Amino acid sequence: MRAMIVKEFRELRRDRRTMAMMILLPVILLVVFGYAANFKVHDIPTVVVGPGARQAASLLPAPTFRVTEVDPAAGEPAAQARLRDGQAVVAVVTGGGSPLVLLDGTQLFSVQTAESALAKMAPAAGSSAVRTRILYNPALATSWVMVPGLAGLILVFIGTLITSLGVVRERQSGTLEQLAVMPFRAWEVIAGKIAPYLMVAVVDLVLIIVIGMTVFGVPFVGNVAVFALGAAMFLLVTLGMGILVSTVSQNQGQAIQLAFMIVLPQVLLSGLIFPVSAMAAGVQWISYLLPLTYFIEISRGVMLKAMPISALWEPLGLLALLAVVVLGLAIIRFRRDLAPSSRPARARARAQEPAAA
Amino acid sequence: MIWGLDDVRVRRGRNVALAGVTVPVDPSRITVVVGGDGAGKSSCLEVLVGLLEADSGIVHRPAKERIGYVPATAGLYADLTVQENLDFSAAAYRLSGRERSQKADQIVERTGLAGARHRLGGQLSGGMQRKLAVGLALLHSPELLVLDEPTTGVDPVSRADLWRLISATAVDGAAVVVTTTYVNEAARAACVVLLEAGKVLAAGAPEDILHGVPGAIGIAHGADRPTPLSWRRGASWRVWAPAGRLPDGARPVPPDFEDAVIVAALAGEPGR
Repeated sequence: MRAMIVKEFRELRRDRRTMAMMILLPVILLVVFGYAANFKVHDIPTVVVGPGARQAASLLPAPTFRVTEVDPAAGEPAAQARLRDGQAVVAVVTGGGSPLVLLDGTQLFSVQTAESALAKMAPAAGSSAVRTRILYNPALATSWVMVPGLAGLILVFIGTLITSLGVVRERQSGTLEQLAVMPFRAWEVIAGKIAPYLMVAVVDLVLIIVIGMTVFGVPFVGNVAVFALGAAMFLLVTLGMGILVSTVSQNQGQAIQLAFMIVLPQVLLSGLIFPVSAMAAGVQWISYLLPLTYFIEISRGVMLKAMPISALWEPLGLLALLAVVVLGLAIIRFRRDLAPSSRPARARARAQEPAAA
Repeated sequence: MIWGLDDVRVRRGRNVALAGVTVPVDPSRITVVVGGDGAGKSSCLEVLVGLLEADSGIVHRPAKERIGYVPATAGLYADLTVQENLDFSAAAYRLSGRERSQKADQIVERTGLAGARHRLGGQLSGGMQRKLAVGLALLHSPELLVLDEPTTGVDPVSRADLWRLISATAVDGAAVVVTTTYVNEAARAACVVLLEAGKVLAAGAPEDILHGVPGAIGIAHGADRPTPLSWRRGASWRVWAPAGRLPDGARPVPPDFEDAVIVAALAGEPGR
């Protein structure tokens, strides 16, 4: 038995990636997710409009409500627009009787916190003084919020894990070497490799959305083209991550390990489960580096709130930027694997490839 | 030299993979690169086809579409059938519809895989897999055929089949370079390059290498090694006397190619 233990430790010592996963990963996960796992929301972005806006704003308790805008000249339509465009989660509309509080039902935990805070305020302000209306998800159904996010998560799985496995399988079987010698351009190999996964992912996405709508009654009130644009950019990022993972993995086991390390933070830090606004500031920055954070913003916004493209330029732009960076890096690394001889030759080495011989 | 390596040096990390290696590969001829494990055979071929970058030297190779390459690993898709593998290779080399089916028919006939067209690559025997891999590399009638240990681990009958296929390709005009660990296969070549630790020990026509064995070779019997420059051949010893004076009890014999390879290796040892 001692021989087995010694042998196992020797193997483990040389498998640095597994060692890192066993020792560093739990520590990182504990610290990062400890700060991320928080359902209690503070700082709920709030706008107050109407003739009595200034007075109403002063009554809202901080730090639960963070008043971002006070506009006595604006009315309910402006307040609804702020909620739809994601500029606020709570909008207080004053004037014409008791104040009306509009709540963005896609932000479950923020709405619950806001309702609780408003309930505590009510005795002081007079219980009948406040009317509330929840928009976009009046029943605060969890499935309405989860399905658009889960669609993104499934795309991360397909894009990152399945793509990386597909490419690594090619490397393991030795056929990648052969592809490198065949008259393919690097981009043709990459495009040919990811196109089937892209198609499967699109079919999956449609399937998830249709099942979400028919089985869970999730609405799709926005523009399909805007959703498709966001999904396409998100898919490019995840497929790029898949190729990137494959370029640093020698076998399928390593690819699964790395893909897991990419997928797990997206599950916990993207706002799928825990609200990003409730996370510690440092952890929020990690969320902003994750593509799923932006896709969830787009998918929930379009499906539940009919957010227009003008209100989504920020997540769309950041997804496009991520797509360029990740896919660009992936292509550079993959090209290096595929055609090392196409790199500038060092010293005086040269290859003579006559045009016609 | 039409194709091949000319004084190529390659480093892999701290190790020298190839130290000024020249491998001539000419049309209608077979060049065999012989060496043990880690001699640098695969590195030679990888540099030749462009998978590995040379640090110095000159690499003569045709354009990609005129190269056929079989790596030391299978070189085919295990999850595709024989026919699907052929279809993929034909499409990769942009063969047109009629040419594609003609060539595919020819290849399955020549490789003896006509009855296995619809079997998955992974379900073929080792010998059949290697034949299919060579067949795939031949599909587009390459000018330069590069085969990395095509016969390693293959049964004798399949080895003979593979060599028939390789020889026929050279007869048809292609330049062929093959690596092998089997010394007897080198005798089939027009040119042999003996590699050891990234260095060329000997190169030339097999008969030239044979005639170039310095000193004398003898055969001896007994339990003990007659001299430090002796090696086992079956139940007897072969003895090499660099100065031509064999020890007592050793009977002179004409060297064969295996002897020539071992002598080249011994002669290339440090301190000799």
